[in-house]
Amino acid sequence: MPDKYNNLKVISNLIRKRIVETSANSKIPHLGSCLSCVDILVYLYWKELRIDPDFSEDPDRDRFILSKGHASPAWIQVLAERGFFPITKLLEFGKDGSIFHEHPPIPGYIPGIEAATGSLGHGFPMALGMAISHKVQAKNTRCYALLSDGECNEGTIWEAAMLAGSKKVSHLTAIIDFNKWQATGRSKEIMAIDPLADKWIAFGWHAQEIDGHNFDEISKSLLSAKLEKDRPSVIIAHTIKGKGVSFMEDDNNWHYRIPNADELQAALEELESYS
Amino acid sequence: MRNTFAENMTQIASLRKDVCLLSGDIGNRMFDDFKKISPERFINCGIAEANMMSIASGMALSGMRPVVYTITPFTTTRCLEQIRIGVAYHKAPVVIVGTGSGLSYSELGPTHHSLEDMAILRTIPGLNVLAPADSKELTAQLKEALIDSNPTYLRIGKKGEPNLHDEYSNLGIGKANMLKDGEDVVVIGVGPILGEALLAAKTLEVDNISVAVASLGGIKPIDQKFIGELSKRFKLWISIEEHGLIGGVSSLLSEWLVANRCNQIRLKGIGVPDEFIHRLGSQDYIRERYGMNSEGIIETIRTELTQ
Repeated sequence: MPDKYNNLKVISNLIRKRIVETSANSKIPHLGSCLSCVDILVYLYWKELRIDPDFSEDPDRDRFILSKGHASPAWIQVLAERGFFPITKLLEFGKDGSIFHEHPPIPGYIPGIEAATGSLGHGFPMALGMAISHKVQAKNTRCYALLSDGECNEGTIWEAAMLAGSKKVSHLTAIIDFNKWQATGRSKEIMAIDPLADKWIAFGWHAQEIDGHNFDEISKSLLSAKLEKDRPSVIIAHTIKGKGVSFMEDDNNWHYRIPNADELQAALEELESYS
Repeated sequence: MRNTFAENMTQIASLRKDVCLLSGDIGNRMFDDFKKISPERFINCGIAEANMMSIASGMALSGMRPVVYTITPFTTTRCLEQIRIGVAYHKAPVVIVGTGSGLSYSELGPTHHSLEDMAILRTIPGLNVLAPADSKELTAQLKEALIDSNPTYLRIGKKGEPNLHDEYSNLGIGKANMLKDGEDVVVIGVGPILGEALLAAKTLEVDNISVAVASLGGIKPIDQKFIGELSKRFKLWISIEEHGLIGGVSSLLSEWLVANRCNQIRLKGIGVPDEFIHRLGSQDYIRERYGMNSEGIIETIRTELTQ
């Protein structure tokens, strides 16, 4: 039986290769954090978001905020491949004077970017502000924010969650890239993140838990989120940090580490054979 | 001033559908008229100012013109990073209003005093930092801020402040005015405390000391031309602000004098020294203690003129 999501898997794999290459060539960290959310980003940009790369500022577009801004090297690759700007632009990634560096710039510099993130706990409440605006403006748009589990340490995440619950902002979907790690250790050991879904439910949210690398589950959960009409929805996507490269998977050294030449070659060979 | 703010907001929101008001769980009855006009554009964000500020950024990036309102320390230093990143870095045209500024809430203690807000916010690129002296100036600045493409911080008092500007004043963002002209010395400041300077100027007239009182309207942007004129006319400048002496009006004028090589002009700052205030009392009491009331200003002027 042909795989319904084969096309997306090919794209995800291509994006992973480019992320690893860019990390090695431009000395960009947060590789593990980038690789864990690739499948979510690919699904959003190829199947879910109502966006048009040729009209990236269409006022009626859906909004996507990368609240875990340190995964920008993954997002930038996704935007390029999706056609928001030519892939050749990325030859300047990490170079002096370039707009392509570790975190996304403010809107107006790179098409498709809605908010400059990187300081955790900012993007998600900004997405809530956009969602509240669209409600006032009677727009039929949805707002999406991708968070990390480490980011849920930030108090503003819970301030926003509580307000979104009371205001019943049902056109807001939060997705948590729950890769079980943050910069210096296991997320559940640093802060009491578990039980994560119960926390969101207690704040008035509809919550789902899925395999964040399974396109079918991503698809179904986003559909369920849209069916919620009187509460916001969170998708807790269980993921693997460093997903796709065996020696990076679930190894938190790759939060900051940059691959050397041998590691780059090994990673690319592995990703090559995967496709 | 805060009643003027509420009235203005209602009036503006009735004409403009993009203007909305975010409150940090204060001003319960004050905004009843606004809520009647547009309940969906009044958003009580609860006691969660950091979130409120980021929400305002998101709304501004979506084409709305949000005005964020709560007690000054909570809408400024409490959520400084949200102002720096969400508002200023994004050039999101948010209007941040701090009520009960300076020592308006003097009895409530240092948690509710705002004596560092202007100093800190002045360092943030692209953010207007305004401190109207009265309701007239507040009205003009608020209206201008809501059409300006830059974000704005508006530092206002509480209620019952008298009008200090007259109908000839040229009010707005970056517009300074002479509240009273004089010859011997100029008192330069921002905010309702300029009322004390006017009182001092009037008292000194009896002794034939001619004091000018200048209202800057804010500390960013500044009225360069107006200050340039002051430098030509006065050799003694006294600054007055209900704010710490570090980073506000006094610092701004010092920087201006150095940058413009005005080494013939002497500047004396009146404000709160580098300390928290532990022994509390009324606003008048604290002003008196730090030499910020009319008697204190008179004393400073007399001392400076004899040196």
